[in-house]
Amino acid sequence: MASKKGLIRSSIARKLAMALSALFLLFFLLQHLVINFTSVLSEDVFNSWSHFMGTNPIVQVALQPVLLFGILFHFIMGFILELQNNRARSVKYAMNKGGENSSWVSRNMLWSGLFILAFMGVHFADFWIPELVHKYVEVNPEDPTRYYHELQEIFHNPVKVGLYCLAFVFLALHLRHGFQSSLQSVGARNPKFTPGIKKLGLIYSIMVPVGFIFIALFHYLNSL
Amino acid sequence: MNLTLKIWRQKNAKDKGKMVEYPISGIDGDMSFLEMLDVLNEELIEKGDEPVAFDHDCREGICGMCSLYINGEAHGPDRLVTTCQLHMRKFKDGETIYIEPFRANAFPVVKDLVVDRSSFDRIQHAGGYISVNTSGNTQDANSIPIEKEKADAAFNAAACIGCGACVATCKNSSAMLFVSAKVSQYALLPQGEVEAKDRVLNMVHQMDLEGFGNCTNTGACEVECPKGISLENIARMNREYIKASMSK
Repeated sequence: MASKKGLIRSSIARKLAMALSALFLLFFLLQHLVINFTSVLSEDVFNSWSHFMGTNPIVQVALQPVLLFGILFHFIMGFILELQNNRARSVKYAMNKGGENSSWVSRNMLWSGLFILAFMGVHFADFWIPELVHKYVEVNPEDPTRYYHELQEIFHNPVKVGLYCLAFVFLALHLRHGFQSSLQSVGARNPKFTPGIKKLGLIYSIMVPVGFIFIALFHYLNSL
Repeated sequence: MNLTLKIWRQKNAKDKGKMVEYPISGIDGDMSFLEMLDVLNEELIEKGDEPVAFDHDCREGICGMCSLYINGEAHGPDRLVTTCQLHMRKFKDGETIYIEPFRANAFPVVKDLVVDRSSFDRIQHAGGYISVNTSGNTQDANSIPIEKEKADAAFNAAACIGCGACVATCKNSSAMLFVSAKVSQYALLPQGEVEAKDRVLNMVHQMDLEGFGNCTNTGACEVECPKGISLENIARMNREYIKASMSK
């Protein structure tokens, strides 16, 4: 008989937790893109949204820690699962043709995820850590017009823009499998909905990274 | 056809094992893969060498015994067939063929190409059945009307022969496709509904105890399954598991 402890630690529970954190991050990415995209349309709109996100107590005290937890959980759980999965086959095949039955991206989520993790270190160093220092260490007075210029400063550097674009390519690869995989894990698969889910996943995994790449290139080209 | 075979040889469960090369000639394209191995074994016996141990029973594609990983794929390069139904015409003259046992810690090698899949039996024992009184008063199953769509899905899930190709081919050695097929075939039918919650909880619990890996939805199992068991079964098992976890 399965114990309650077993239920929490079961492979399906781990899979479900991984999927739910992925779905949360998918939603976050979309709202991040929408807010960032306003920087292309209007400096004022971008500044007002950024000011709201940077000063609203619910966003700062409640949502930001949840987001951080979601990101950390997704990465840590991903590593744990990878280690467990590697342990399940001690002797490897002399000849294995994984490409005959599955996509490269689905078999290499760890590598695309690792690159995204490394990129997030750069991204946090560029935006989040200076933001924390600005607000909580230096305790500067809030200037609601500073956000657009901070964005432009980062995307002035061609090496950084190149790195961001490369990271979004890896993000696209990760999302290509991750979108439909997370829905499969929560049980959303049947002949009626699966073709639609796959199409939506394809659109999301291309459009969201392309949107971020467009924003980075837009600001870089504007700075020339 | 002249071929070079690279075969995993392992004396017993404790032996480290290694790949050994065997040239073989005069192979007919209409031979099954297992018949080709029979020819090799006859040659080895004639020479006084130890024949290659491999599992087989029905040779009709339904027993699921022939657990061979051929040229990097479970049951070889053909689709929807077990090794006994794989024909040598699928290979080219002069080709080198790698033949390995199904690899997973939950499927320990017994000898050469023979693996112990009793972990699957223990998962079945944990709940892959319905409790029916068979003392003579059993109700005829056909007396309960069942929607055709559900009956077909249950039948398709029941086509799983438990060969283990899903585990062998999965990069994580996950047994989700096998367990989900067994869970689905009962969960879809009224006879199986009564014990559905305990079944899914206990079978998944046993699957985890056996040391299989976690499913990451690569879909390789569905492609390599000789009976075409669908990933929809895994999604159904996930739903069944979530439902059962919340209400038990």
